[in-house]
Amino acid sequence: MSQRLTQFFASRWGIILAGTVIGILAPLLQKLGNPPNMGICQYMRPEIIGFVLGALIAAYAFREFKPRVGSAPIVRFILGVFAMIGALAFLGCPWRAILRLAGGDLNAIIGLAGLAVGITVGVQFLKSGYSLGRSNKTYHSVGWIMPAIMIGFFLLLVFRVQFSGGAIFFSKKGPGAMYAPIFISLGAALIIGFLAQRTRFCTMGSIRDIILMRDTHLFSGVAALLVVAFIVNLILGQVKFGISAQPIAHSSHLWNFLGMALAGLAFALAGGCPGRQLFLAGEGDGDSAIFVIGMITGAAFAHNFGLAGKPDTIVEGVVKVGGISTAGMIAVIFGLVVCLIIGFSMREKN
Amino acid sequence: MSQIVDARGLSCPQPVLATKKAIDKGEFPIEVLVDTVTSRENVRRMAESRNKQVKVEESEDGFKLMISN
Repeated sequence: MSQRLTQFFASRWGIILAGTVIGILAPLLQKLGNPPNMGICQYMRPEIIGFVLGALIAAYAFREFKPRVGSAPIVRFILGVFAMIGALAFLGCPWRAILRLAGGDLNAIIGLAGLAVGITVGVQFLKSGYSLGRSNKTYHSVGWIMPAIMIGFFLLLVFRVQFSGGAIFFSKKGPGAMYAPIFISLGAALIIGFLAQRTRFCTMGSIRDIILMRDTHLFSGVAALLVVAFIVNLILGQVKFGISAQPIAHSSHLWNFLGMALAGLAFALAGGCPGRQLFLAGEGDGDSAIFVIGMITGAAFAHNFGLAGKPDTIVEGVVKVGGISTAGMIAVIFGLVVCLIIGFSMREKN
Repeated sequence: MSQIVDARGLSCPQPVLATKKAIDKGEFPIEVLVDTVTSRENVRRMAESRNKQVKVEESEDGFKLMISN
């Protein structure tokens, strides 16, 4: 039975099922109160926690929980930081780029084009021998660190713990203050985490595998996500085609493109999109956990130092194009340079 | 002449790339060592898409794939 299921999940129908389920659940979560075109993401949301724990359950159920660490963790941390800075310049990870497109936000096309270009550069490094080196088996407790952090986050979230200094700060307005009911979000994310761990669903991998070896396996899952999310958005009346003043998005094309190019390159060098890194962290991969911590750090940098993109706004009926600050531009360019240095300098000689 | 590809501990997509390189060399059989089910499935799918025979054995710390022409 377990073997049969594993075979099904590894098949093309398996990956399409994963994409379909995400495509249904994400727009529904938006309907239930999550920010527009942002069904699943952000820091310390129940969705993220559910992804890790869903993957953990799947890994245990199929005896795939394998604690491992030691493949260039410091490099993975840096890649996580810059991946997040790039993604926040665009205002979305690859999943959100697809969800934005499924909601009619045409800026996402430019973001996805940037993502593809970044991944293409990453593939060239992979072809020329780029490697972060091997990981090693480790203790069970080490594999549990990220799941334990997520359980801790969940408890903080449910009980809305307030520390004496005032933290944790819950956003009172803006996208951070919008959310679907916690247990529905968590349930949806647990299902997605479980399916994605079984099927290895990965947006970065879907583009990488096409470029690297004309393999469309992962891509069929991502395509299913886009098509199904679009249909569900149509049914729920959540599609609004356009470029300017899209929800939590800006139409500064160059920086949408470069931001996602940076993210794509960093994901390719680290071996997975943010979703995939969370699922890997759930099955005991300590190196992916470090990447996740890098992303959280990158998000903190981006938001505290004003590096993230500012959405378009409408002032007295006139669209004011958003974009990123000069500091944000410098951070994106610097990130690209750092990723290129990592790519060039970490190639194994044959 | 057989070839051995030790891809244990390597992250995606390196096990697949290393195996592909070995297949392109054209010397069979190829013995591929991997330590995760993900790598096992990815290597198997790539080899089968190139019309190779793949036999999988469980080994002490993962899997051994025998790829033949």
